[in-house]
Order: sequence, then C-alpha cells, then structure tokens
Amino acid sequence: MLVCVLCRPGFKRHISIGIYMLAAAVVNVIQYVCIERFGFASKEYYYSYYYAETLLTILMFFVIIQFYQHVFAQMKVSRYIRGIATLLLVGTAIFSYLLVHQNRTHLTHEFVVQVGENLYFVGVILTYLLWGAIVKLGETRTRLVHLVLALGVYFSANAGVYALRKLFPDLEPTVLHWLPPLIGTWLPLAWAYTLIKVPEEARFTMARLAVKAR
Amino acid sequence: MIAALIFVASVAAFFQFFILYCHSILATARTVPLSDRVREIAGVAGEGIVAADFERFFRLIHLCPERDDDRAEIQAVAVYYTLLHVFHRLVRPAIPKIASWVDQECRICSYFAAVALDRRIAYSQGVITQQSSESF
Repeated sequence: MLVCVLCRPGFKRHISIGIYMLAAAVVNVIQYVCIERFGFASKEYYYSYYYAETLLTILMFFVIIQFYQHVFAQMKVSRYIRGIATLLLVGTAIFSYLLVHQNRTHLTHEFVVQVGENLYFVGVILTYLLWGAIVKLGETRTRLVHLVLALGVYFSANAGVYALRKLFPDLEPTVLHWLPPLIGTWLPLAWAYTLIKVPEEARFTMARLAVKAR
Repeated sequence: MIAALIFVASVAAFFQFFILYCHSILATARTVPLSDRVREIAGVAGEGIVAADFERFFRLIHLCPERDDDRAEIQAVAVYYTLLHVFHRLVRPAIPKIASWVDQECRICSYFAAVALDRRIAYSQGVITQQSSESF
C-alpha cells in the first residue's frame, strides 16, 4: 500500500494515506513484539493495542481532513475544515472522559475502549458528511469517490464491532475476536486497488451509482 | 443505550457504504454495450440479462485466458453477488419485498459479468490471432 502511494505520480495528493499506512505498519510491528515478549493475554499487549488503535484513528482523521480539502478545494475553506476537525477531536476525547469519569476504579481500562468506540463513530459521521458533500457538490473524481467509500466501510464496520462488543461481551472470544483483523485488511486492499486500478483522471457521474441493469 | 444507538447507526452506514462501493465498481461496466458475439456465446435472449445468468457467465469467464487487469474486479463482484444471496436468504422471511431489490442488484452483477466475459473473449481472440501470425 505504502509502495503504491509513493511510487505513483502525484503522490503528494495522497501523502496522508502514505503516513497513515506507515504508522499502521509500525504499530503492527510493535504489537507483534508485545505478543512475543509479554503474551497475547498480557496487560502490556492490551494497552499497546488500544492506545495504538486510538492513535491510528486520530491519524486517520488527518486523512479525512485531506479528503475534505480535496472536495472543498475550489471553495477555499481549508482553514475552517481544520478548525472544525480539531474541535470534533477534542470534543470526542472530553466526551469519552466524562463517560468513564464515574468509574474511577477501572478508568484506564474503560477509557481506552470507550475512546476507541467514540473515535470510530466520529469517523463514521465525518465520512458520512464527506459523502454528503461529495454527492451535493457533484464530485466526479472516481478515485476520490472510491477512497471515501472504502473509508466509510472501514469506519462503520469498526464502530459496529466496538458497539457489539459492549452490547454482547460473551461474543468476544468466539466471533468478535476475529472481526477487527479482517476489517483491518479491508482498507489497505481497497485503497491499493483504487490507487493501482483507478487512474487519477478517471471521472464518472453520481447518477451511475444508482445503476440499473439493461 | 449509547452502544445500541452506535451499533444501529454503524450497521446502517456500513450497508450503505458497502453497497455504494460495489456500485462504484459495477458502474464502470454500465456504459459498455454488449456485443452480439457475447450475446450469442452466452445465450442471452432478446429480453436481456437476468439475475440467474451471473453464475453461467462466471463459469464462462474462467474458461477464457486470464487477464491480470480484471481479476480483482471480477472477484469483488462475485463476493458481492454471494453476499446478496446470503442476505436474501436471511432477510426474506422477515421482509418479503427485499426479493425485488436483490434481483435488481444481481442483474447488475450479471451485466458486469457479461461485459467482463466480452472483454475476455476479445482478449482470447487477440492472443490466438497473435500466435497464429507469429507461427507463420
């Protein structure tokens, strides 16, 4: 994925994707080291997993901001987009903290999971709003549309799994245990496919998404 | 309560994004008209393509020499088609009206497969022509 971003002409346009994928690769190595050294059921692995996941999600917000900037490029509102995104991030952290404030005995344990769930859900909302802007502004860049839709699938699947984990904790060792790694492979595959197969100059109309067979 | 709300909203968003993503892949084939050749080979009647044609087209696609540039797309659409069938079986008892939507989606997949088959046949003919010209 990283090679796909760096080796393509005009890689600066997708530099945030490259940074995110690099960070994701580093996090995977750190998590592997944690499993090897402390074991899968250790506290060290638990905290490294959730905190790294949270940091990666925050990094992903910069990818979304870059997508917003691509979509609103002609309207010159980059400053406002950055401001709103920062406010949303800080707001999410405060909201997560307040939710677990009463449960002081397990504050760190609860906090990492809560903030993860909330960040993914904020990601869903941000991507949904971005998709709304794409439809409203009649965005025609096929590559951008593919990247945003793949991101929407990723965020909503993750937010759903986090919520399901909270609703049905008994499902964790059987079903839910396997879902995050599966979802994690979706984004690099979908984005790599888009960057390799969809040329930058490819265009299509939104009407084509409501396809009808002949 | 909040977790339940997040779950419902996330599942709704997931299905919407996933269906739109699949449509964005299928949309590439929409503007391509089917040639008479593929209509004849695949046995497409005058009425056009139906949902059930997908599996036949898919088998025919695998009989043709592979092209690297369409393999991922065909597999992605095959996954979407399979998921539609699974979804149909799960949801049909609760929502009978879902059948027409699933049928519509499957027809779109079938049309995509027909276009892919057309391209593969053209590619095969090109390879045969090239080989025969090289042998002379």
